[in-house]
Amino acid sequence: MTSEAFGPELLSKNVGRVKSRVGACFLGSHVIFRGEELHAGLAAGRWMDVFVFGITGRRFSDEALRLLEAIWTHTSYPDSRIWNNRVAALAGSARTTGNLALSAALAVSEAAIFGRGIDIRASDFLIRTRSELLAGGELGPWVRRELTERRSLAGYGRPVSNRKDERLDPILSLARSLGLGDGPYVQLAHDIDRFLLESRLRMRMNYGAIAAALTADVGLSPREHYLFMYPAFLAGMPPCYLDAVARPEGTVLPLRCDGVAYRGTAKRTWKIG
Amino acid sequence: MEKPSYIESRIWLEEPEPNNAFACRAAYCHGYDVYGELVGNAGWADMLYLLFKGEAPARPQAAALQVLAVALANPGPREASVHAAMCAGVSGSPAAAALTAALAVGAGGAGGARELFLAMESWLACEKQLELWKRHLSEPAPLHDAPLGIWPAAEHPAGFDPLGVATPTPVKQVLARLALLDGESRCAWLQANLPSLEQAAGHPLSLIGVAAAAFADLGMSAEEGEMLFLLLRLPGAAAHALEQRALGHKRFPFYEIELESSADGAST
Repeated sequence: MTSEAFGPELLSKNVGRVKSRVGACFLGSHVIFRGEELHAGLAAGRWMDVFVFGITGRRFSDEALRLLEAIWTHTSYPDSRIWNNRVAALAGSARTTGNLALSAALAVSEAAIFGRGIDIRASDFLIRTRSELLAGGELGPWVRRELTERRSLAGYGRPVSNRKDERLDPILSLARSLGLGDGPYVQLAHDIDRFLLESRLRMRMNYGAIAAALTADVGLSPREHYLFMYPAFLAGMPPCYLDAVARPEGTVLPLRCDGVAYRGTAKRTWKIG
Repeated sequence: MEKPSYIESRIWLEEPEPNNAFACRAAYCHGYDVYGELVGNAGWADMLYLLFKGEAPARPQAAALQVLAVALANPGPREASVHAAMCAGVSGSPAAAALTAALAVGAGGAGGARELFLAMESWLACEKQLELWKRHLSEPAPLHDAPLGIWPAAEHPAGFDPLGVATPTPVKQVLARLALLDGESRCAWLQANLPSLEQAAGHPLSLIGVAAAAFADLGMSAEEGEMLFLLLRLPGAAAHALEQRALGHKRFPFYEIELESSADGAST
C-alpha cells in the first residue's frame, strides 16, 4: 500500500472507520460484494461462485466452478487418524463445540507437510517452472536445483504413503469430462512426475500438485489457490467430530501412561530457593 | 509405512496408579516431580523455562522471563489481537474463540509472533555485531530469499515499529529492566547500541524487538520464542474479552465504513 502519509499521520487517517475496496452491508437496505449487489443475483447462484469471486474479483465458467468444487470433494476424508481430522475427533471426544472443533481442524490444515502450506508452494512451483521453461530453461536441471535449494518439491511425495495417490485418476477424469483436464499446468505436473520417476527419485505426484495445476489452468495465482483451498478438507471433518460425540466421552485415542515413551532426563530433585 | 503406537517425549513421564493404567500417580517434567515437588516450590516462570529448555532456570533467567511475562501480559485494548478477542467477547462467543481470535491476529508479521520469529532470526544471524546489523537492516528484502509461503511478505525490519516516530517509553523501560539483569546480554548490547540500530532500521525499536533479544538471551530458538510470545500475551486478551462481554455490544464501537473506488469489482 502506498501513501504519502506515514506514522501517526497515516494512523490518524484511518481512525474510527474501516476503509474497504471489497464491499459493505447497508443494514436494512442492501449489500455490496466486490461491486455487485449481493441480493440482486449473486446470492442466488452457487456458493462456490461467490467464494471464488470474493477471492479473485473474477467470475468463472460453470465448468470451472464444477471442477473447483470437485477438487474439494475428492479430498474430503472422514478418517479421524489424519492429523487435522484427529483434532476434530478429539474435540468431539472432549465435548467442545462443533465450531471450535472444525475451526481448529481447519487451522491445523495449514500445515507444512500437507494442506495449505503445500498448496501455495505447489502452485508457486508450477508457475515458476512453466515460466522457466517458456524462457528456454530445461526441466531436469530446474527440478534438481529446486530440490537442492528447498529440499522438497511441493506436490510430490506423500507423508504417510508412497503408493500412487488415489485422488489423481478420479479428479483428472472429471476434469477431462469438463474440458479442463489437459491444460498446460496439468501437462507440466505430469512431465515433472515422469522426470522424477525416470530419475529414480522416489517422489510420486500427489493431489497437491494436480490440484494446483488444475486451478492454475483456470487462472488462479498461488495465493488465490491457497485461499480457495481453505475449506478443502472441511467436509470430512464434521463426521469425525460427530462420531466422537456419539461415543462415550474421552474415548477417542486414550493413552495409557505407558503409551508415552519417555526419552528424557532421569528423575532428579528440584533445588528449592 | 510402519508407525509406532506410542508417543515419544523427552519432556514428560507419567507413572500410573496401581489400579488404573490411565490414571497418573506421578508426573515428571524433565525429571522433576511435578505434583510432589514443583507445585508449591516452582514459579510460573520456572515451569515455563523448564518445559522449553529442559533445565531449571538460573536466577537471572527466571527473573528475565518474569519481566517478559509481566511486560507482554497485556498489549492493551488498542492492540489488534486484544481487539480481536474483544470482538469475540461482545459477540458472546466461547472463551476459546476469544483466545483463538487473539492468537490468530497476534500471530502475524506486523506486531505479532511472526515478527518476533523473524526478529529472533535476525539475532541469530547478527548477534552483537553492529556492522552485521547495519547491513541486515539496510537490506529491503527479508533475511533470506524465502520461497512463497503461507505468510505475507515482511514489509518492515522485524522488531522495529514502522509506524512509530521515537522509542516509546515502555519499550525503553522494559529494555532497561532486562539489561540490568546481565551486562553481557543481548538486551544490554541492544540498549547500548539503540541509536545506531534505529538509524539503520529507519524506525524506532518496538517491544517485539526487546522481547526477541530477551528470548535469545534465554537461549530460546525462534520457534520457542514465537510460541512463548503467543502464550504470554493471552492474559490481557482474556481479561479484555470478558470485560467487553459484560459491557455488551451496544457499548462497543461498530465504526463507519468507507468504500473506496476498487469496490466496483476490480481484483485487488
